[in-house]
Amino acid sequence: MSDYKYILDVQDLHTTFKTDNGEVHAVNGVSFCLEPGQTLGIVGESGSGKSVTAYSVMQILADNGGITGGKVLYKGEDIAKWNSKQMAGFRGKCCSIIFQDPMTSLNPVFSIGYQLEEAVLLHTDRTRSEAKQRAVEMLTLVGVNEPEKRVKQYPHELSGGMRQRVMIAMALACEPDILIADEPTTALDVTIQAQILELMQSLQKKLGMAIIMVTHDLGVIAQMCDEIIVMYGGRVCERGTADDIFYAPAHEYTKGLLRSIPTLSNTDERLVPIGGTPINLLNMPKGCAFCPRCDQAMKICLNQVPEEIRLDDHHLAACWMNIKELYKEENA
Amino acid sequence: MANEYLVEVSHLKQYFPIRSGFKTIPLKAVDDVSFNIRPGETLGLVGESGCGKTTVGRTLLRLYKPTDGTVTFNGTEVTDKNIHALRKEMQMVFQDPYSSLNPRMTVEDIIGEPLDVHKLYSTRAERHEKVMELMETVGLNADHATRYAHEFSGGQRQRIGIARALAVDPKFIVCDEPVSALDVSIQAQVVNMFEDLQKQRGMAYLFIAHDLLVVRHISNRIAVMYLGHMMEMADSKELMDHPIHPYTESLLSAVPIPDPKTARSSQRIVLEGDVPSPLNMPTGCPFRTRCKYATDQCAAQRPELRDRGNGHFVACWNR
Repeated sequence: MSDYKYILDVQDLHTTFKTDNGEVHAVNGVSFCLEPGQTLGIVGESGSGKSVTAYSVMQILADNGGITGGKVLYKGEDIAKWNSKQMAGFRGKCCSIIFQDPMTSLNPVFSIGYQLEEAVLLHTDRTRSEAKQRAVEMLTLVGVNEPEKRVKQYPHELSGGMRQRVMIAMALACEPDILIADEPTTALDVTIQAQILELMQSLQKKLGMAIIMVTHDLGVIAQMCDEIIVMYGGRVCERGTADDIFYAPAHEYTKGLLRSIPTLSNTDERLVPIGGTPINLLNMPKGCAFCPRCDQAMKICLNQVPEEIRLDDHHLAACWMNIKELYKEENA
Repeated sequence: MANEYLVEVSHLKQYFPIRSGFKTIPLKAVDDVSFNIRPGETLGLVGESGCGKTTVGRTLLRLYKPTDGTVTFNGTEVTDKNIHALRKEMQMVFQDPYSSLNPRMTVEDIIGEPLDVHKLYSTRAERHEKVMELMETVGLNADHATRYAHEFSGGQRQRIGIARALAVDPKFIVCDEPVSALDVSIQAQVVNMFEDLQKQRGMAYLFIAHDLLVVRHISNRIAVMYLGHMMEMADSKELMDHPIHPYTESLLSAVPIPDPKTARSSQRIVLEGDVPSPLNMPTGCPFRTRCKYATDQCAAQRPELRDRGNGHFVACWNR
């Protein structure tokens, strides 16, 4: 295997869905890299392409969709070219995913234990009795009490938080290098959400996997992530460390997003919403995807898609406003 | 008679019969809850799923017939007989803007329906005019009156639901998770609209939500519920800054703060275990099974909601 710095290196990814109303370009040239053991957050509204990006990496897109361009390098190898058999080996063993709704992602007619064993048997050469043992081990690891009893239970017998723990146990049963968490706590209550986030952090310390956290919740992102990508309309608006994004946002969308959420300090102030309605992917603007909702939009924004402009070592933003700023600085 | 309070709820109980085998056991969704709402005030109601907050909202409007206890609106006790007339004064905005609008009705008919029910117009033209006015109030394009609900986005649908509630010019609106189904950037638009409408019309809200940051932003006072019981109620700033009840404390510490520095420095109090089933409620204090301060007294007796000064009500033995 070749030398690699990044465990996952996504380059210029394009994903398209064919629908009756035309082609939907859900992901338009997204690039990011993930170092081993790192937590990357992908944040955006519904329809921003954050989930589709994650699904594209796993190649679990719906039948009418597919990767139409770009590379997905896992340890230096382009898995976008892999066939379905190779991908089956990749999923679970190298990279796992947990979904938003733990009720619909567990099979209601099989016991928890059976479903956990299935994952283990499929990806490792353990025997059934070893797999059984592994299932109990994993449940203990994710903090499910009385695991010996739980393996015989069915999903409907467990609470939402417990089901999400089982999902995490299943995802980590084969020790993947990457865990993709697609809105893992959105369906859960805050106190249960805190439990699950804590669990994910402690498991990351123990097992050392990298996490891609896909969510719309800026609070969760602030708590969990080292690096953050902000997406809008299938493109990356801004990327940087958590501090860059929260304290020095450089894209008008990120700024708007941060202004529009209630925090502990702005209770008495009025929220500043982002005007307009979320983007329609069937009818994408020619220039910057955010420009119809942007207060600062300029002529260039209408016609030309902004490139990512490097502001700092790690901090990049795709907004023409920054060019204007740079230009001002140079002339001053 | 002038009342200090617009809505007075006293010892409200709402049990749902659950049949299990031959027995019917009551599910105590709301168990002995009392609170008041002043005219023009916003009371935030927070709690985890299954704590009975939605049931409280629905029982106030008598969408459910309460098992016990009374709801008094503007000095009149709400009964089955007068609820029809009273719904001209109290309205509701529902959580899901997708299922709470009839897909076969045009927007004009949806917003006009309360006007029909309460006979608030004399001519068709007047009705049309009123609907147009309402659509403008909530920031909808009046040209879209002939469209159907599915042609609108989530945020716009929620605006339709709000316009419908406003149609009868109510004094009190129960907002049941009105922003939780919306995208972050749209949430702020709707929250601002609620605040503006309150300023213009002097309505009172019961704002039910699980997002504590949104509730804190919009509410004057906040009430915290757990398993059908009221645990704590206070001014929103007081409650957020100085929570007394251990449950409120852990609830607040669990809220993910969108600020990396605070997130890194704050100590989360992570609760063990899950919320017990309301069919199998613990004796005494409902929170004692997850509370680290629990004593024998907590198991034996249920603590009452008592005023700790300045209208800060707490139901706890140990604090």
